[in-house]
Amino acid sequence: MKPPPFHYHDPRCLDDALGLLAEKENAKLLAGGQSLMPMLNMRFVFPDDVIDLNRIPELTSIGEDEGLVRIGAMTRQCALERSEVIRDHCPIIIEALRYVGHIQTRNRGTIGGSLCHLDPSAELPTVAQGLDATIHIQSKRGARTLAMEDFPAFYMTPAIEPDEIVTAVEFAPWPKDHGFAFVEFARRLGDFAIVGVAVLLVVSADGSISRASITLGGVGQAPIRCTAAEEIVTGSNDSDAAMREAAETCRKIDAMDDLHVSGVYRQKLAVALTLRALRKAYDRAIGESVA
Amino acid sequence: MTDTRTISVTVNGSRHDLEIETRLTLADFLRHQISLTGTHVGCEHGVCGACTVLVDGQAVRSCLMLAVQADGAMVTTVESMTGENEQLHPLQQAFHDNHGLQCGFCTPGILMTLLEFLQHNPSPNETEVREALSGSLCRCTGYQKIVAAALDAASRLRQDVGKTAGRRES
Repeated sequence: MKPPPFHYHDPRCLDDALGLLAEKENAKLLAGGQSLMPMLNMRFVFPDDVIDLNRIPELTSIGEDEGLVRIGAMTRQCALERSEVIRDHCPIIIEALRYVGHIQTRNRGTIGGSLCHLDPSAELPTVAQGLDATIHIQSKRGARTLAMEDFPAFYMTPAIEPDEIVTAVEFAPWPKDHGFAFVEFARRLGDFAIVGVAVLLVVSADGSISRASITLGGVGQAPIRCTAAEEIVTGSNDSDAAMREAAETCRKIDAMDDLHVSGVYRQKLAVALTLRALRKAYDRAIGESVA
Repeated sequence: MTDTRTISVTVNGSRHDLEIETRLTLADFLRHQISLTGTHVGCEHGVCGACTVLVDGQAVRSCLMLAVQADGAMVTTVESMTGENEQLHPLQQAFHDNHGLQCGFCTPGILMTLLEFLQHNPSPNETEVREALSGSLCRCTGYQKIVAAALDAASRLRQDVGKTAGRRES
């Protein structure tokens, strides 16, 4: 048998899951299982207890309320892909999901699992950072929220306590006519991205950019919001020159070296992909069709 | 410490009530507990796609799911595809005719993936087929003939639907 021995629990409501998590010393939460299951199969983790969240209906929902889109943490990636609410309000999520694993993994993988696993090259944390998501967290001690910006504590580790569960993610949609683009480079479709870029833009009638969000995934240990680049593109009279100048700032970002590619290569990719994403988002905002 | 649970799973229409260890993967349950060895196990960490089965109609990697999580679910494996008299499913026949396999190890996972994919997208183009196949590794064919088989199967299945429904579905 591949996974190590553990006690399995499948609570039917959030309150029971929170109770178990508070009480068990060395427990792991099982969401979609597309990262935890390989880690169990390879015996990288040895939890005494596995708390399966898959039978808690209250964690699975996509809703819109008072202008905010709220997604339950256990909502599967395939449900997001097919959701009209997401298509209407946060289309960048759907564009990014195409790069998240494969059909078979998106059928199980969840948004909350993806955010908590916090792989540096994962698409959903990058998009969540770009959309300034709010993360809803609960424990027996109470509920709190955290801005996505403050969610990563360090490498692959969210800033939540051992007794806390991420219950939902909330997004404030951008104006209807905003431009967006998610662009990434990986060796093969579905592989971990070497660099991914999420861009959101609002373009005024005169062609200048009035609001911008630019986020890089795969470059640092957590998604990097490129505020300097955002400032360069915002308000410029010459949007094309500003986009080029903004993309160029990515060359100075401290990028990771790993066994796949060097940091310098990541910086070069970040420049090229940021420009590509900015142009695609800009074209969408002004109503041009994009490839 | 042995943590066990009695589960009830319907596999290819037959119900199985069995006591299993909770850490047993669905792939191992299918192969070792109920002897359905058509589901192949390659990497056992979610990369190769060989173990893909349908759970409640959705293609999933059975090595990344615990059998206990399938309690109450309907599981469909490659064994369900052939009809009476061992007649091949149109998707299998298309793989046979187009030489869409060599050693055949990855084939069950690819068939199950395409079974769901072609239901959602009965008229895919080549790019879409390649995207659907991106979650399956084949080390023999170079994928060309798998893509050809998938496109051929889509066309055969559309004709089948046309025949039974008296019209061709778009």
